[in-house]
Amino acid sequence: MNCIIIDDEAAARAIVNQLCSKIPDLDVIEEFDNAIDAIKFLNQQDIDVVFLDIHMPGFSGVDFVQTLKNSPKIVMTTSDSDFAIASYEYEAIVDYLVKPITHERFEKCIQKVKSSSSPPSNSNPAEVPSTDTGEDLYINIDRRLIKLKLNEIMVIEAKGDYIDVKTEKKEYRVHTTLKKIKEKLPEKLFLQIHRSYIINFTKIIDIEDNSVLIEKNVIPISRSNRPELMRRLNLL
Amino acid sequence: MEDIPNLKYIKELSGEDTIFEQKFIQILKEEFPEEVQIYTECIKNEEAGLAGEIVHKLKHKFNILSMANAYEFAVNYEEELRVGDTNGDHKFRNILETIKNYLNTI
Repeated sequence: MNCIIIDDEAAARAIVNQLCSKIPDLDVIEEFDNAIDAIKFLNQQDIDVVFLDIHMPGFSGVDFVQTLKNSPKIVMTTSDSDFAIASYEYEAIVDYLVKPITHERFEKCIQKVKSSSSPPSNSNPAEVPSTDTGEDLYINIDRRLIKLKLNEIMVIEAKGDYIDVKTEKKEYRVHTTLKKIKEKLPEKLFLQIHRSYIINFTKIIDIEDNSVLIEKNVIPISRSNRPELMRRLNLL
Repeated sequence: MEDIPNLKYIKELSGEDTIFEQKFIQILKEEFPEEVQIYTECIKNEEAGLAGEIVHKLKHKFNILSMANAYEFAVNYEEELRVGDTNGDHKFRNILETIKNYLNTI
């Protein structure tokens, strides 16, 4: 097998190269400190495996995976373990390695690479991500996939091309639409009560006239959404 | 508790390959000060988000040098920088200084 290594950090490339050198039938053909140069290289040469750092400035590892049409097998390398599960949303990704990588873990990875079938001709996200447990939601912020617990989300507010997701602990601004996130939310927990607001139904403290109170947030209820809200209340 | 940097991971990785060890230490000695300089510039220019990017790279080096506590601190500090909070700068620079001094001894 032949491989390339993509990482903007020289020390990280040296580590993967050293680990590869201990595998008898694995040759490192080239190293790259950025994904763009690697894509140009892959357009000219067949490679079996790419060791790819997820977190690189400008053009990230995830951007790289999404760009490739005929992808080799990809092993993601990362300093953040929370990237790991999301990595499997792309079929070309065979494994992920959390830095600092040990010999034992690397050998397991190579076994996985050898036993995996060839990746499909494109590396689009799988239709049913294996991470969809119905309890969590991954949001993409600055090329990081952050896991939110659905039952901790209180309010989601539309802000132009963005949405603000308010949880019990923190607030996140995400580049997406209310319509798109609504499709990912379970109806039993969430309800759109205004064109700019989705609320977690279980977080309501009280309802007064045309607004609901969730923690310290007063959320308006639109006339058209009010009947559905009232229908779902357990009214005395 | 303050970590003491060491070469345990690098020695495990090298498997007595002293040429690799020396080459790797040389990479650390060259790359580390460059990243520290970028970090310093980012903080000076109040570019916390960019500082977070370089902290991400530096924290890997903390792991390489078996500095578990420093790594945990850097994970949190990276998150804080992403929202513009630079309060961890002083402690982070102390860690960088510890590594700088250590690299001068190897």
